[in-house]
Amino acid sequence: MAKSPETEHPNKAFGWAAKDKSGVLTPFHFSRRDNGDNDVTVKILYCGVCHTDLHTIKNDWGFSYYPVVPGHEIVGIATKVGKNVTKFREGDRVGVGVITGSCQSCESCNQDLENYCPQMSFTYNSIGSDGTKTYGGYSESIVVDQRFVLQFPEGLPSDSGAPLLCAGITVYSPMKYYGMTEPGKHLGVAGLGGLGHVAVKIGKAFGLKVTVISSSPSKEDEAINRLGADSFLVSSDPQKMKAAIGTMDYIIDTVSAVHALFPLLGLLKVNGKLVTLGLPEKPLELPIFPLVLGRKMVGGSDIGGMKETQEMLEFCAKHNITADIELIKMDEINTAMERLAKSDVRYRFVIDVANSLSPP
Amino acid sequence: MQRLGEKYQSVEAFGWAARDSSGHLSPFVFSRRETGEEEVRVKVLYCGVCHSDLHCLKNEWHSSIYPLVPGHEIVGEVTEIGRKVSKFSIGDKIGVGCIVDSCRACESCREDQENYCTKSVATYNGVHYDGTVNYGGYSDHIVVDERYAVKIPHTLPLASAAPLLCAGISMYSPMKYFGLAGPGKHIGIVGLGGLGHIGVRFAKAFGSKVTVVSSTAGKSKDALEIFGADGFLVSTDEDQMQAAMGTMDGIIDTVSASHPILPLIGLLKPSGKLVLLGATEKPFDLHAFSLILGRKSIAGSAIGGIKETQEMINFAAEHGIKAEIETISMEYVNTAMDRLAKGDVRYRFVIDIANTLTVTRS
Repeated sequence: MAKSPETEHPNKAFGWAAKDKSGVLTPFHFSRRDNGDNDVTVKILYCGVCHTDLHTIKNDWGFSYYPVVPGHEIVGIATKVGKNVTKFREGDRVGVGVITGSCQSCESCNQDLENYCPQMSFTYNSIGSDGTKTYGGYSESIVVDQRFVLQFPEGLPSDSGAPLLCAGITVYSPMKYYGMTEPGKHLGVAGLGGLGHVAVKIGKAFGLKVTVISSSPSKEDEAINRLGADSFLVSSDPQKMKAAIGTMDYIIDTVSAVHALFPLLGLLKVNGKLVTLGLPEKPLELPIFPLVLGRKMVGGSDIGGMKETQEMLEFCAKHNITADIELIKMDEINTAMERLAKSDVRYRFVIDVANSLSPP
Repeated sequence: MQRLGEKYQSVEAFGWAARDSSGHLSPFVFSRRETGEEEVRVKVLYCGVCHSDLHCLKNEWHSSIYPLVPGHEIVGEVTEIGRKVSKFSIGDKIGVGCIVDSCRACESCREDQENYCTKSVATYNGVHYDGTVNYGGYSDHIVVDERYAVKIPHTLPLASAAPLLCAGISMYSPMKYFGLAGPGKHIGIVGLGGLGHIGVRFAKAFGSKVTVVSSTAGKSKDALEIFGADGFLVSTDEDQMQAAMGTMDGIIDTVSASHPILPLIGLLKPSGKLVLLGATEKPFDLHAFSLILGRKSIAGSAIGGIKETQEMINFAAEHGIKAEIETISMEYVNTAMDRLAKGDVRYRFVIDIANTLTVTRS
């Protein structure tokens, strides 16, 4: 007889899950594995709410396996470490991000790019290396292979640092890989949400000039005065967009809905690079002339490897970069999801798991 | 009445031009300017027939100025030099490619990337800074600023060197810039035509592994036996394409018509790059997932700068790389255009201008 989530593993676990594509989250009893020789058990303090969590609970991408316990921006305390674990000790403050498994032997894994391993498994809604479904950070605790656990640097707050584990690495990794870090160069950040606002801060820390490109004029004050952007470009203003043609070296495009690439490509200088990070449900239109006539590039990127995620956390600790968050209780999550769907958050919800997740 | 492009200049010239978008070429008497201080006058020996010539003759890009004398794969001999010319001497064999001038001041020009200067001037159908229309290499001679011409080493046969000036540099430049050239790299080349076949030769000379991706199964023999490709994929064969997924570091796509790129993105390894050379008006469908899951990228590229073109010519001379050509007479050019439209050429027509362009007056 098939095992239920509650009996699958030896240790009782508790969290909140969506049971169907209504996406409504409710208390959920399940179970977690024993702490193996290579594992770290993490008591969860905080968990960020990523837009991917919303997409997954609503089955927007068509591969959700209910019940889904979301959450992949996890900060907590190591309560157990297996006998082969060398990097962590009990009591350490640690983070768990988007992935918790990979083959650990392919070319990508050997290059510390576990995020591109064809057998990579996600922190939630995935089949882990032991063949069982993974459940994420909207829960009391999680058991993770040490390779996928991060040391949370001193000085980096647990609550506002949590979103760095997905949003942070998602913008940091392509900025490094595509060479978008030369001081004095001009970075455009399209979309000012969870990813966008962190991209502004990281861009400034790299010494770049940063322009936020947004369809909402109301965000200008915050972009410049609160986040430190150098300028703000309203994408729906044709005159302003025209004046900015050919002025940017790089663009980080965080917009998740379907949107036009042509105006963004026009903003790039010759040899300019645009990185697209959003995952729209339908294809985007890619105009070819701007690419050919200006040797411009459109690239993708998907989170980052474990080594560079650690590097990103150190970088953010050093430059005092944290996310701008709204702390919520576990039982406020459904309201938060509704607000997130309307982009009504500045700029990331973080669940105060330890203080508000109480098993009945 | 003088129309744009027909301003009388001091030196009579002769070539073949199309008068309208039928693209039909016929004899044309026109004129060229005096040789300027920094210019050279070049007797045209050979001129390659590029697919762009055909697009332009038919006004497919809606910017053709008639009468139109095409030709931007020009190889010729210097017959006159301006008093400040230092790069060339009379008698030198030189090449002229797609551009004959640029602003010389912008960042692109200063970085020897004149091909990306927004004010670059095309060899034909472009407007010179004095307001006259440029006529290309399907003509008896051309006048050009020395900065925009390259020397052809004597070891390169002239006729088969001509296509290097557009097709050659169009493939060489992105291979170098995008880091696809060299041992250990696996390059896919999509389309085995004028550009593709030269690309295979360059890639092999770089030491890269090369797979040709083509919709024409019949080209497999040439790809493998004449050009030295390591593999050949029929793009319409789903099984073959599936088996090759995730195997290429980069792909140079020479196909100019609209076509699906998702299967090509699938051929790339993680961090792989797809470089598009054919500019189509209709946008492509981009599935963001396909780039994100694997950190892949798509870029464009257009010919190359002059310095790089010289470097490419020298590289070709060193490695014995030439185009595979069908030499034709000037009279055959209209038939050649019809055949080119059907892809019926192995793999570039080159007009033997010196021996077959005879001056006639109507």
